[in-house]
Amino acid sequence: MSAPDFQAKPLVVAHDLAKTFDVSAPWLNRVLERKPRQLLHAVDGVSFEIPKGQTLALVGESGCGKSTVARLLVGLYEPTRGGLTFDGQDAHSAFKSPDAKAMRQRIQMIFQDPYASLNPRWTVEAIIAEPLTEHGLISDAAELKTRVASLLQSVGLSALDMPKYPHQFSGGQRQRISIARALATAPEFLVCDEPTSALDVSVQAQVLNIMKDLQRERGLTYLFISHNLAVVRHVSDRVGVMYLGRLVELADKHTLFANPRHPYTRMLLDAIPKMHDTGRARTPVQGEVPNPLNPPSGCSFHPRCPQATDLCKSERPPLRHFKGIQIACHGVV
Amino acid sequence: MSLLQVKNLVVEFPNRHGTLRALDDISFDIAPGEILGVVGESGAGKSLTGASIIGLLEPPGRVASGQIVLEGQRIDQLNADQMRHIRGRKIGAIFQDPLTSLNPLYTIGRQLTETILAHLPVTPQEARRRAIDLLKDTGISAAEERIDHYPHQFSGGMRQRVVIALALAAEPRLIVADEPTTALDVSIQAQIISLLKKVCKDRGAAVMLITHDMGVIAETCDRVAVMYAGRIAEIGPVHQVINHPSHPYTAGLMASIPDMDSDRERLNQIDGAMPRLNAIPSGCAFNPRCPQVFERCRQERPELGSAGGTRAACWLHQGVAS
Amino acid sequence: MISVLKRWLDSDVGYSFRQSPTAMVAAAIAFVCLFCSVFAGWVSPTNPFDLATLELGDARLPPVWLEGGSSKYLLGTDDQGRDILSALIYGSRISLIVGLASVLLSVAFGVAMGLLAGFRGGWVDALLMRLCDVMLSFPAILVALLIAGVGRAMFPDAHESLAFGVLIISISLTGWVQYARTVRGSTLVERNKEYVQAARVTGVAPLRIMVRHVLPNVLGPVMVLATIQVATAIITEATLSFLGVGAPPTSPSLGTLIRVGNDYLFSGEWWITIFPGLMLVLIALSVNLLGDWLRDALNPRLR
Repeated sequence: MSAPDFQAKPLVVAHDLAKTFDVSAPWLNRVLERKPRQLLHAVDGVSFEIPKGQTLALVGESGCGKSTVARLLVGLYEPTRGGLTFDGQDAHSAFKSPDAKAMRQRIQMIFQDPYASLNPRWTVEAIIAEPLTEHGLISDAAELKTRVASLLQSVGLSALDMPKYPHQFSGGQRQRISIARALATAPEFLVCDEPTSALDVSVQAQVLNIMKDLQRERGLTYLFISHNLAVVRHVSDRVGVMYLGRLVELADKHTLFANPRHPYTRMLLDAIPKMHDTGRARTPVQGEVPNPLNPPSGCSFHPRCPQATDLCKSERPPLRHFKGIQIACHGVV
Repeated sequence: MSLLQVKNLVVEFPNRHGTLRALDDISFDIAPGEILGVVGESGAGKSLTGASIIGLLEPPGRVASGQIVLEGQRIDQLNADQMRHIRGRKIGAIFQDPLTSLNPLYTIGRQLTETILAHLPVTPQEARRRAIDLLKDTGISAAEERIDHYPHQFSGGMRQRVVIALALAAEPRLIVADEPTTALDVSIQAQIISLLKKVCKDRGAAVMLITHDMGVIAETCDRVAVMYAGRIAEIGPVHQVINHPSHPYTAGLMASIPDMDSDRERLNQIDGAMPRLNAIPSGCAFNPRCPQVFERCRQERPELGSAGGTRAACWLHQGVAS
Repeated sequence: MISVLKRWLDSDVGYSFRQSPTAMVAAAIAFVCLFCSVFAGWVSPTNPFDLATLELGDARLPPVWLEGGSSKYLLGTDDQGRDILSALIYGSRISLIVGLASVLLSVAFGVAMGLLAGFRGGWVDALLMRLCDVMLSFPAILVALLIAGVGRAMFPDAHESLAFGVLIISISLTGWVQYARTVRGSTLVERNKEYVQAARVTGVAPLRIMVRHVLPNVLGPVMVLATIQVATAIITEATLSFLGVGAPPTSPSLGTLIRVGNDYLFSGEWWITIFPGLMLVLIALSVNLLGDWLRDALNPRLR
């Protein structure tokens, strides 16, 4: 992994980010059936920093809000509360200003579904060229073609693939086209939302290797979202564990995997089926992720936590520094 | 005697360009009470194998040749009515998506008792009692009340437990489970895997577990078959296949999985991709991508033969290169 | 051009076309009708609307195979000595023009409304959908009748092309709603797909996303609907002409011909009304069958 770049300030800073969705029934239904408004707190106060050239991974199960955090970071959603700083600049006001394009050139995203992330009616050349023309980076047609060809080559595809359509490629190849598109504007920060979850294992290996190579060559900073802890362990420098919209533990990779402190992190790590430990006996934890519309009071993990106390039921633990990591747990701090 | 024997099974899909061979001469056995894993990447044919055994192959797909023998009886050539009696009574099925596996319009009690009554000679009251016991066994609390609930009143993990109960309802000898945990969260996966192991061992039912997740295979199965391009590349005890694979594909696959215990800079990658069904190379299907390929691999197709602690279809382990 | 056609014939849709005798026959018939209409001047034996060529003495002659018929007028003549066959060719030209033009207008308007509703969502969507509901609650013919009648009343001495314009608009106003609804549904699905989100992340303007990204992906079902709608539009136009508010008598469409011939039906001169009627059925049927085939051919590919 690339050595952490000790800068005066980190590239990406998220502070108390929150996003609430109104998922109430339509107004008429609410009035007639006297239903209350329903709010979904998808992200409920998340803070982290990412130094330049490093990878922060966010892991969690369904409903934890990691995909929403990803979309907040690229400006697809506006936060209900909290702020995002990119290279010292307030990102969300930049996204709304007339200079939004300058910010958008530097931040890009790679999506989970290789089949839905490329427009099926556009050629590969058009797909990759779009960010370039949109930002006015290249106006000459011949130069555009050369640039698209070199982008394709950098992800292991060829210039001959330019006139083809997405359906002519496999899932892994499509994901590589997505990466080429994301790199077109030479961004500094890439948000990757489960980029390999839909891919076969051997294809996943190819894509992860390419991503690591590109990071090393270009000094990219990644936010890597995944539910697969083994993949996360391979690609990340630091890992944040999310549960029901909140960060419960944030630590560097080695510390988190060697010595997980939060009961949820421990449970997650224990739940992963291990390949080389065949026949191992485990005690799986009971319970399921609660309905995000109706989260438990206090610490949202308390119904499933073997160490829950009355304090856990009533008071929400803040994310605090503790022995080099950050953790939100009454039992630990 | 084996519970299930698949001998030289060939499944084809005729279409306007010709005939595609989706499964090409597959043979394996499952012993009573054993858990066999079938693992492979997309397009390898593992789901098709399961579908052929249950008799749910979608037309125009059909069994072109070969035999499927269950408890000494051939089941690949039965008509729809006869197959219906086998399904449920002798073979149970668990599919990937618990949402669509249950009928949303009926209570789970009704679905369970319907299956039990269709296959076992019991009274409706007895069927209901058995259903409640099944629900308790699969870890659903307050079974006496929840038996009258509808599927939408259960969460994803709970629904998959109900599906397992449904598969076991008529006391089958073999369960075919196609990606039973893929759609579930990691923590629920662990619960469902251990549940499946426990109830099957308790009832002496054999399981054919189809998945792409090697971790699940490692924790659950006794033996595993690795499939590639419609053929079995390697089959053997799970510890052997994972830690001492004989076939280069298996070795490459194991090495490309990021794993919790080791720290590697690069994952091993197998260059290229699995060939499409209409472009399978001659000889060994893996030969264009194999790091240890030699001339015979391109000419002749290898059959499964013993290789170290497993059986592998690879010329490296069989005879002398001619 | 040839290579495009070849590639299409080789595709799944082209294969399905070659396998379906109905589709091929329907396409052939529709093509012949289209060809005759476009090249009416050359194909038709006479120009029935050129008053100078009419001979009143030849009025009401039966078709050639009946007694009294003449080989000059293959399908007979009407009450003013016009050759029925020629009138058919020129009439179907009017019908086809009106039918195609009104469908084009419907599609343009309906697709635009649907895209807007699906993309903007919120109150824009609600408003447009309620508008669609209101439009659907009126029977199509009545709406067309109303607009055509009002148009005529407002401009009694109007030039012919204005009459046509009103006719085309009135028919297109009855058809746009189904396009709007279909496109809105597809837009709602496509809007959430990752390629649209990728475009938003890049900073592409919403209008551009709507037109360049979403529109090409929602047009599939529209094509099928439009093909079938052509037949409906032609029949609607015929109905309006039959009722007297459609094409002007100086350029009669098939509907007008049917109406004119209707008066002579019971005096035994059946050919004046029956042949235009058969022509109408032929065009509508072949276009409808083409639309049915197209829907089935495109269906399995709509994953």
